[in-house]
Amino acid sequence: MVNPSLLPAAPKVVGPRGPKPTKAISPRNIMLYGTLIVVALYYLLPLYVMVVTSLKGMPEIRVGNIFAPPLEITFQPWIKAWAEACTGLNCDGLSRGFWNSVQITVPSVIVSIAIASVNGYALANWRFKGSQIFFTILIFGSFIPYQVMLYPIVILLREIGLYGSLTGLVIVHSIFGMPILTLLFRNYFTSLPEELFKAARVDGAGFWGIYFRIMLPMSLPILVVAVILQVTGIWNDFLFGTVYTKPDIWPMTVQLNNIVNSTQGVKEYNVNMAATILTGLVPLVIYFVSGKLFVRGIAAGAVKG
Amino acid sequence: MPSVSVRELSLNFGDVQVLRNLNLDIEEGEFLVLLGPSGCGKSTLLNCIAGLLDVSDGQIFIKERNVTWEEPKDRGIGMVFQSYALYPQMSVEGNLSFGLKNARMPSDEITKRVTRASEILQIEPLLKRKPSQLSGGQRQRVAIGRALVRDVDVFLFDEPLSNLDAQLRSELRVEIKRLHARLKNTMIYVTHDQIEALTLADRIAVMKGGVIQQLAAPQMIYNKPSNLYVAGFIGSPAMNFLPGRLVVNGEEVSFTTKDGASISLQGYEASTSLSQGGEATLGVRPEHIQIHTELIPGVTIPAAVEIDEPMGADSLLWLKLEQQSLSVRIDADLNCQEGTIYHLEFNIPKSSIFRKDTEERI
Ligand SMILES: Nc1ncnc2c1ncn2[C@@H]1O[C@H](COP(=O)(O)OP(=O)(O)OP(=O)(O)O)[C@@H](O)[C@H]1O
Ligand SMILES: [Mg+2]
Repeated sequence: MVNPSLLPAAPKVVGPRGPKPTKAISPRNIMLYGTLIVVALYYLLPLYVMVVTSLKGMPEIRVGNIFAPPLEITFQPWIKAWAEACTGLNCDGLSRGFWNSVQITVPSVIVSIAIASVNGYALANWRFKGSQIFFTILIFGSFIPYQVMLYPIVILLREIGLYGSLTGLVIVHSIFGMPILTLLFRNYFTSLPEELFKAARVDGAGFWGIYFRIMLPMSLPILVVAVILQVTGIWNDFLFGTVYTKPDIWPMTVQLNNIVNSTQGVKEYNVNMAATILTGLVPLVIYFVSGKLFVRGIAAGAVKG
Repeated sequence: MPSVSVRELSLNFGDVQVLRNLNLDIEEGEFLVLLGPSGCGKSTLLNCIAGLLDVSDGQIFIKERNVTWEEPKDRGIGMVFQSYALYPQMSVEGNLSFGLKNARMPSDEITKRVTRASEILQIEPLLKRKPSQLSGGQRQRVAIGRALVRDVDVFLFDEPLSNLDAQLRSELRVEIKRLHARLKNTMIYVTHDQIEALTLADRIAVMKGGVIQQLAAPQMIYNKPSNLYVAGFIGSPAMNFLPGRLVVNGEEVSFTTKDGASISLQGYEASTSLSQGGEATLGVRPEHIQIHTELIPGVTIPAAVEIDEPMGADSLLWLKLEQQSLSVRIDADLNCQEGTIYHLEFNIPKSSIFRKDTEERI
C-alpha cells in the first residue's frame, strides 16, 4: 500500500469545465417570462371571470366586484342554461341547440372529409386530364367570400326543398369545407413518396384499392388535422346557422346568442356565462383530445420505409 | 426472341423531351443495365416499360406482346425501387402478398409463394415484422421479394442499392447476381454506379440526354467506347484524353500531339478507318500507359511527374504532358519524385481514337 500523501498531486483543473452555468435571473429571462405571463393573464382573465360569475347567484353579482371569487357556490345558473332558459317558444335551454349542433356537425365532418380526401388523393396521384384546371378552380373557390354566396344558396336550397332543414345545412357545410380540405389532403398525399403509389400500381391495386389499403392507413395525422379544423369550424359557425335554419333547429351558437341577447327581464349574467362556457366546451375538448392524438399520429406516421 | 422491345419510344414532359426516338431490344434472360448520369432519363425509360408513364410516341413489346397501352399489372413485370417503397402499415408478409391478393389468388397458393420467395431471399424470420423494424438491406430484400412472388417475366430495378452503405451494397449486388443466375429472368437494372454496371450486366446501355450512346457488353464498352462521352464516363480513374492530329504517310498512320510529338499507331484496332486523317483525340486508360526512364524514338513522349497518389494496391501517378494532366497506374512501391521526367509509352491496341468533330471512335 502506498501512502496517498506520497503520490504526486493530481494536476489542478484549470479553466471552465462541465456544463456552462446558466443564470436563472438574467435581463433576457425577465423579459421573456414577464411577457409570457402578461400574455397568459390577458387570455386567462376573461375565462376566470366567466367561470367565477357563472357560479354566483344574482344578488352576489349585483354587488359588482367581478373578480371576487363566489362566496356561495351555486350550480343553478348552469342547470338553467342547459335545461330551462327560453329562446323563442322553446324553454328547454341550450340542450336543444346542443343536439342540433351535434346533428349538424357529425354528418358534415364525415361527409366533407370523406369527399375531400378522395379528391385530394385523385389530384395528387392520378394526373387525369384537366386535373390542373380542376385544382385551380377549387383553390379559387376558397377565396370567394361567403357573403357573396349566401343568397344564391338560399334559393338553391329552397328549389330542392331543403331550406330550413338540418340536411340543407349539412350540405352547405360540406360544400364550404371542400376547397381547403381538398388542398390539405392533396398536399399531404403529394408529400408521400410517389414510389409507394407506383409500387401499389405494379402490384395491381386500382384507384380504390390504393386509396383504402395504402393511402388511408397512412393518413392519420392529416385526418386528425382535418377533424379539428372541421369540428371547430362547423361547431362555431354562426352565419350559416342563422341564415339556413329556423328556431326549432338552431345550432347551439345561434341559440346562445338569443339567450344572451334576450331583451325581456333582467340580464342573468351568471346564466349567460354558463351558457357560453357550455357552448365552447366541445371545441375545447376536441383540442385536448386530438392534440394528444395529433402528436401520436405524426410519430406513428413516420412514412420513410 | 427479344423479351422486351422498345420501338421508337419518345416521351415528353410538357415541352421537355426526355426520351428521343429510343430503340432497345433485350434478349430473354438477359441482364441489361441502363447506365447514365443523373437526369438522363433512365428512370423515365424504366417507368415507361413498367407502364407507370404514358409514352408520347412509340411502342413497347414484352414477350412479343404489344403492351403499350396495358396496365402495369398486366405486363408481367415486377419493380424494385430505390426507396424500397414498402407499404409501411403492412407486415413483411402483407407486403409480399399484396400483389397476389389483388390478383385474387387462392390463399394456399399465396402462402406457398411467399414461403418460397422468403426462402430464396432469406427473410423467413422477418415475415411478421413491419418495414420500420427492418434494416435497409432487409427492406430492399423484401422489395425484391415483392417482385419475386408475382412470378413475373421481367424484373425492373431502379437504383435498388443506392440507399445502402458501401458494404451492404456490394453484398446485395452479389445477391442480385446470384438471383439472376438462379431465376434466369430478364432483368433491367438502372444505376449510375459503373461498378454495379460492369459487374452485373450482360450488356450495358450507356445513356445521355435521353439517347442511348452505346449498347454493348461491359468489356466492349470498356475497351472500345463508341464515343468520347462513353469513354469519359466509364472507368475510374477516368480515361486520359490527348488532343492532336492523325498524320497519314502511305500505309503508316501516326498521331501527332499539339507540340509535335509523334506516336506510331501500329496495331490500333479501328472501328472504321484511320486513313481519313484530320484532327482527333487519343484516349488511353491509366493502366494502358507504361513509364520508361529512357526515351524510345517514335514510341514514347516525355512528361514530368506532378503528384503521386498511393491507392493501396497500386498508385496513380499524375504527369504533365504539354499542358495536359495525364494519370498513369503504376506499382505502389515505385517511389516517384515530383518533377522527374518519364517517357510514356501508350498501349495503342488498347487505346481509342476519336474524331474531333463527331466525337465518334475511329
Ligand atoms: N414529372 C416530371 N415532370 C417534368 N419533368 C420530369 C418529370 N420527371 C422527370 N422529369 C425530367 O426528366 C428527366 C429525366 O428524369 P429521370 O428521372 O428519368 O432521370 P434519371 O436518369 O432517372 O436520373 P437519376 O439518376 O437522378 O434518377 C430529368 O431532366 C427530369 O428533370
Ligand atoms: Mg432515376
